[in-house]
Amino acid sequence: MTSSRSNILSRWSTDKVLCQLLRGTAVIAGAIVMLIVVFLIMEALPAFYHIGLLRFFTDPSWHPAEGFYNLTPMLWGTLFAMTGSVLIATPLGIFSAVFCHYYAPRGLARLYRRLIELLAGIPSVVYGFWGLVVLVPLIAEMEPPGPSLLAGILILTIMIFPTIALMADASLANVPQQYLRGAAALGLPRWATIRGIVFPAAKSGLFTGVILETGRAIGETMAILMVSGNVVQTPSSLFDPIRTLTANIALEMAYALGDHRAALFVSGLVLMAMIMGLALAAEWISRGRIYG
Amino acid sequence: MTPAEPITGPRSRHPLEERSPCRKPQSFMEIDRLGLHYGEKPAFQDVTLSISKGRITALVGPSGCGKTSFLICLNRLTDLIAGCRVSGRITIDALDVLAPGTDLIQLRRRIGMIFQKPNPFPLTIRRNIEFPLREHGLRDRGQIIQTMETTLRDVGLWDEVKDRLDSPALALSGGQQQRLCIARALALSPEVLLMDEPCSALDPLSSGVVEDLIASLRSRYTILIVTHNLAQARRIADYAALFWIQNGAGRLIETGTARQFFEEPHDPLTAAYVSGMRG
Amino acid sequence: MVETLNRSQTPREWLAFALVWGAAALVTATFCWLLGDIVWHGLGHVSWTFLTAPPENAGRRGGIGPILVSTSLILGVCLTVSLPIGIGTAVFLAEFTSDQSQFGRMTRRSLDILAGVPSIVFGLFGNAFFCKTLGLGFSILSGGLTLACMVLPILIRSTEEGFRAVPASYRLSAAALGLSRTTTLVHLLLPAAVPGLLVGLVLGVGRAIAETAALIFTSGYVDRMPESLLDSGRALSIHIFDLSMNVSGGDANAYASSLVLVILLLAINGIASAVTTYGLHRKIVRV
Repeated sequence: MTSSRSNILSRWSTDKVLCQLLRGTAVIAGAIVMLIVVFLIMEALPAFYHIGLLRFFTDPSWHPAEGFYNLTPMLWGTLFAMTGSVLIATPLGIFSAVFCHYYAPRGLARLYRRLIELLAGIPSVVYGFWGLVVLVPLIAEMEPPGPSLLAGILILTIMIFPTIALMADASLANVPQQYLRGAAALGLPRWATIRGIVFPAAKSGLFTGVILETGRAIGETMAILMVSGNVVQTPSSLFDPIRTLTANIALEMAYALGDHRAALFVSGLVLMAMIMGLALAAEWISRGRIYG
Repeated sequence: MTPAEPITGPRSRHPLEERSPCRKPQSFMEIDRLGLHYGEKPAFQDVTLSISKGRITALVGPSGCGKTSFLICLNRLTDLIAGCRVSGRITIDALDVLAPGTDLIQLRRRIGMIFQKPNPFPLTIRRNIEFPLREHGLRDRGQIIQTMETTLRDVGLWDEVKDRLDSPALALSGGQQQRLCIARALALSPEVLLMDEPCSALDPLSSGVVEDLIASLRSRYTILIVTHNLAQARRIADYAALFWIQNGAGRLIETGTARQFFEEPHDPLTAAYVSGMRG
Repeated sequence: MVETLNRSQTPREWLAFALVWGAAALVTATFCWLLGDIVWHGLGHVSWTFLTAPPENAGRRGGIGPILVSTSLILGVCLTVSLPIGIGTAVFLAEFTSDQSQFGRMTRRSLDILAGVPSIVFGLFGNAFFCKTLGLGFSILSGGLTLACMVLPILIRSTEEGFRAVPASYRLSAAALGLSRTTTLVHLLLPAAVPGLLVGLVLGVGRAIAETAALIFTSGYVDRMPESLLDSGRALSIHIFDLSMNVSGGDANAYASSLVLVILLLAINGIASAVTTYGLHRKIVRV
């Protein structure tokens, strides 16, 4: 055995170096979010100086060539698309999880779960492409023009469905067996057990799933850009083309300069604010529920 | 008093033998050559037993001898377990439990079950009792409230919870939760209560309270209670049955009235077990 | 006591049964429709030539050779940057911070937020920071670095899980034997945490390849073979986007490219599943 003294020193210094090195990487990783916010704000500043926050909601329209920067039509587009898709995807997702756990034979449940995982892996651009060449013409037959809020909602639904389905699946798996046995011993039929006992037991996981899918719906860009028509207007029917905040950025960033570019960064900040607001609301509500 | 034809194991005697003629308990549940296999492994085999109505029958024996498995056959909870095979025959008051056409919902209304670990639902106290009632068809609010109060009084919980019926059931103590589970089972007016070591997960004080409660339910319900606690069995049981592992599966060794089982057991194994020398 | 109890509500149970099976059927049908459509239209065009030849006529004909190269390069840059930072952060969070540590909590918090940031915002950031401020312009390097930021949270979360899954007894035995933390880490913990790491890696790669919005303003649109990392390069996902939206008559090749991309991703997800079932014994729910 070498002398313990030199051992302690050499070990100590390696460990210390390693610790500092690792701390450095963690600092970098942790700093990225702050960097993003900082740069977004930096690039958006000209818009605040030249345009002012109020005009983003009060200008006559979004027409950068004429100096109009009203974001509201696109906010509505984002909100409607998000709401529609979450309303459809949530029951589909929860029912799918219920299917896997309580209704399907074991082999079928495994296959179905695998299918959903596959769906989760398909990139948004492929969804958008399929929506463009298959879904949009179908909608056009029902009611022109085709690219519309409806197409956007449908594609978004397909995209966010795996998120809620997989999350619900995991939550249902965590429901203690003893509740199910107790319900069976009381002669409670299957759906009654699911509705009255399983759902309350799994509610925090289901809630998290809804939050996650909503965040995904707000942030989705490519698929909705490709199918929803990208006309800047507040939609008055499902068949109206819309433009979401995300699609707006993607479309105009390529050629935007000066104030226009800054305005796009402002909409980027609005998106960040929406996502963070969502996360905060989730935390606040779930904290309340722990005692409820 | 001639011994009737033995319907249990070779060395035990018919429970009727020990009773005075004017208070003859009827046989209510007949279990005939019941066996359970988890896949290839037998949990217990060849159990034949007669349960008297309105009496408390204690099932005793070391762990792993099939007592709990036996219990879950009676209300067909075995249907929930994949790979489970039940053989034999169970009749409750002429109803064939194991027949494929038996209405499970009705069966489980007639048979209530209390588990070892208290398992109130993650709902309010009120909903815990109200929900099964509603699901079984009782819609009248007044009757539901009435039933809830009656059963909570029966288990001695009413005074403790009447002011907080809408608080979460999981916030109750272990003993209170178990009593709530009993109330929940009683609300459906079962005829039989199956209890799987209902006191073993509770502290001694709560255990005593629950035990007293079980004793008070005698004659209104037919109770089968699995217990490790021989002293408890001595205190509350009218009949007792010993399960033991023999030849790789659980078997019924002896059954009889409590007095005969504990004081004059026929089988040496029973004698060893009740005196604490085995198991 | 209660005489009015009667049979269970069969109609409701049947309705639930129909709805649940109906939901499953609807999802399955949609999936088959979608995938079937892509395979049907794309299979005819995918060939070795397609995979290696350059695009012609704005992509209407020809293949995706240079695009696959660009995609690999972007991926390479992404992993080269994100792996060291990601593993380092994960190790630091798992091994060197306690649950009470302020720094640990802040870092985790910011990573959680990072995981929720929409990809288009990453695109904006990448454009502002990498392309403009750092002067990298539209290049594979910018794209790769932007993707690295996106992939970090996934990688870190999964790797940290991998480290947490290693039993405490490993660390205790090592300490009792007088081993340095570095040695313990490198020789004991890292090998044991490899499954978590691999899963995170694979998930991250999957996310990176599927990414479009973050790359549009960072790695550019140019579809010829890139000469260096500072050249602009088009990723496969962007190629599909361009063909379907901007190039009339590009649908055929768009289908073929989609098929290639989907197969690539299915293969990656398949590897992730295999590693999960083989190595880790818990479910990783994707963000």
